Amino acid sequence: MIVLSDYLILAAILFSLSLAGIFLNRKNIIILLMCIELMLLAVNLNFIAFSHFLGDPAGQVFVFFILTVAAAEAAIGLAILVVLFRNLSTINVSDLDRLKG
Amino acid sequence: MNYQVPNMLFALPEMVMLAMACVVLLFVAFTGNRKIQWSYGLSQLSLFAVLMTVIFSWGDTGTTFSATYIKDSLSDILKIAICLINMCVLLYSVEYLRARQLLQGEFYVLALFATLGMLIMVSANHFLTLYLGLELLSLCLYAMVAMHRDSVIATEAAMKYFILGAIASGMLLYGMSIIYGITGSLMLQEVAAAVYSSSSSDTILSFALVFIIIGIGFKFGAVPFHMWLPDVYHGAPTAITLFIAAAPKVAAFALLIRLLVDGLIDLQTYWQPMLMLMAVLSMIIGNVVAIAQTNIKRMLAYSTISHVGFLLMGVLSGTDAGYAASLFYTLIYALMTLATFGVILLMSRYGFEADNIDDYKGLSSQHPWLALLMMILMFSMAGIPPLAGFYAKLGVIKAVVDVDMMAVALIAVVMSVIGAFYYLRVIKVMYFDKTEEKCEFTYSGPAAFVLSINTLLVLALGIFPGLLMSICSTVFS
Repeated sequence: MIVLSDYLILAAILFSLSLAGIFLNRKNIIILLMCIELMLLAVNLNFIAFSHFLGDPAGQVFVFFILTVAAAEAAIGLAILVVLFRNLSTINVSDLDRLKG
Repeated sequence: MNYQVPNMLFALPEMVMLAMACVVLLFVAFTGNRKIQWSYGLSQLSLFAVLMTVIFSWGDTGTTFSATYIKDSLSDILKIAICLINMCVLLYSVEYLRARQLLQGEFYVLALFATLGMLIMVSANHFLTLYLGLELLSLCLYAMVAMHRDSVIATEAAMKYFILGAIASGMLLYGMSIIYGITGSLMLQEVAAAVYSSSSSDTILSFALVFIIIGIGFKFGAVPFHMWLPDVYHGAPTAITLFIAAAPKVAAFALLIRLLVDGLIDLQTYWQPMLMLMAVLSMIIGNVVAIAQTNIKRMLAYSTISHVGFLLMGVLSGTDAGYAASLFYTLIYALMTLATFGVILLMSRYGFEADNIDDYKGLSSQHPWLALLMMILMFSMAGIPPLAGFYAKLGVIKAVVDVDMMAVALIAVVMSVIGAFYYLRVIKVMYFDKTEEKCEFTYSGPAAFVLSINTLLVLALGIFPGLLMSICSTVFS
């Protein structure tokens, strides 16, 4: 029997993986975009698990909206990436160093 | 299951905004950039129409769309501020954008949709509406920063903004999902009631709270989540920087109040120290690092970080007077930022960005009026009486003193003294440094006129702060 905590642990692992991927990755911006997607999917898993175990459909509705927004976000992220590649001819994270934040 | 027709009138400003944004979108799609003046006029008209709908429905309060949407005095005053600020932003940025071939229809469409996102955010009463408004705003802003396609620094800034903004949204959502799991609701009032009645799961709630605070901190640009702010301010075209710096901070204030005060007020013992840490660090890092900057946009970015610290100070006091002081601070901050970037925009012209502090050398001898306006703004940002910035700082410091947080108040005072240094340096450069090269440019027209009024308003609100302050305190009572 799969219980709620199993889902939550899986979601937490996915979330941590995505965070680690964002902060450890020094190579490729596309990997960053993938990590961001993974992060939103971990949240979706959380919402669906809670929604199922609470018997409340609101969480599942939320997931549909998150999926839609994630699609829009990926579109904008890739568009910025294309512009960046045209200007810099690289998608290496460590080459983003003209502005020192 | 019975279905109630929602009271559409409460959401009238958003509907007007959406309809007008679509009209502008179609207009731009069919005319291209040939009739850009008309797109500009239509955008101003739509913001004005929204402003009017808010003003004429002033005072009505209630919720609609199954209580996912709320109209109260906080949302009214913030919506009025957002519309006025964005009208000024559009006015100030015309000439700047025209000189750089950036005056395209897309700018107006994105600006209007971003405004729609802000309006939804301030009226949200449900995690879903809050999230959707926030994303609509953020997605438009990412695209706007990247609008200058050939500029390397603008695209780099857009990429950094996008990645950190997406992380922030993810964090916020993760926090929301855990709170949903514990309380079983996404409605802010029901969440508040559930948190109030359950005392057993405080550990998990505070775990969720950490993620929500991180999300809010990113959106505000509070230390230690401020990394994106100087880069985006520096990299983006100045007109876009102005757009990002002014109205979205007002909307972020709504995010803060809705989540922490409306939704999670019973976790105040947990969020108070977290906000305190962020506020203190923001004031210290913001003010100290700003001293080392030579680029005025970067300097203003760090100054924004320190203002965010002051703004959080009112909220962390946890009293109604503190929230009111923060609201006052937010509005005054937006007004000052608007005018300061307005001066920078006015001085920038074809092939020249007035973004180094040295570019302001000898401004007083050539353009005394502009220098005077800039001086008023710098004094106000430093918090020198009788300007509006002084009363804003006084209000938030008084709020923390009232709840016996002397240490925070002391740090705030010391940091505003340190902060005065870099504001005064700009004044010194303008008035006492001489330069051989003439900065030849003329300014005239409505933008300069509105800019003068905007700056004089900072002075007027400093001399007569009572009216705005009383409006702010009626919002939270």
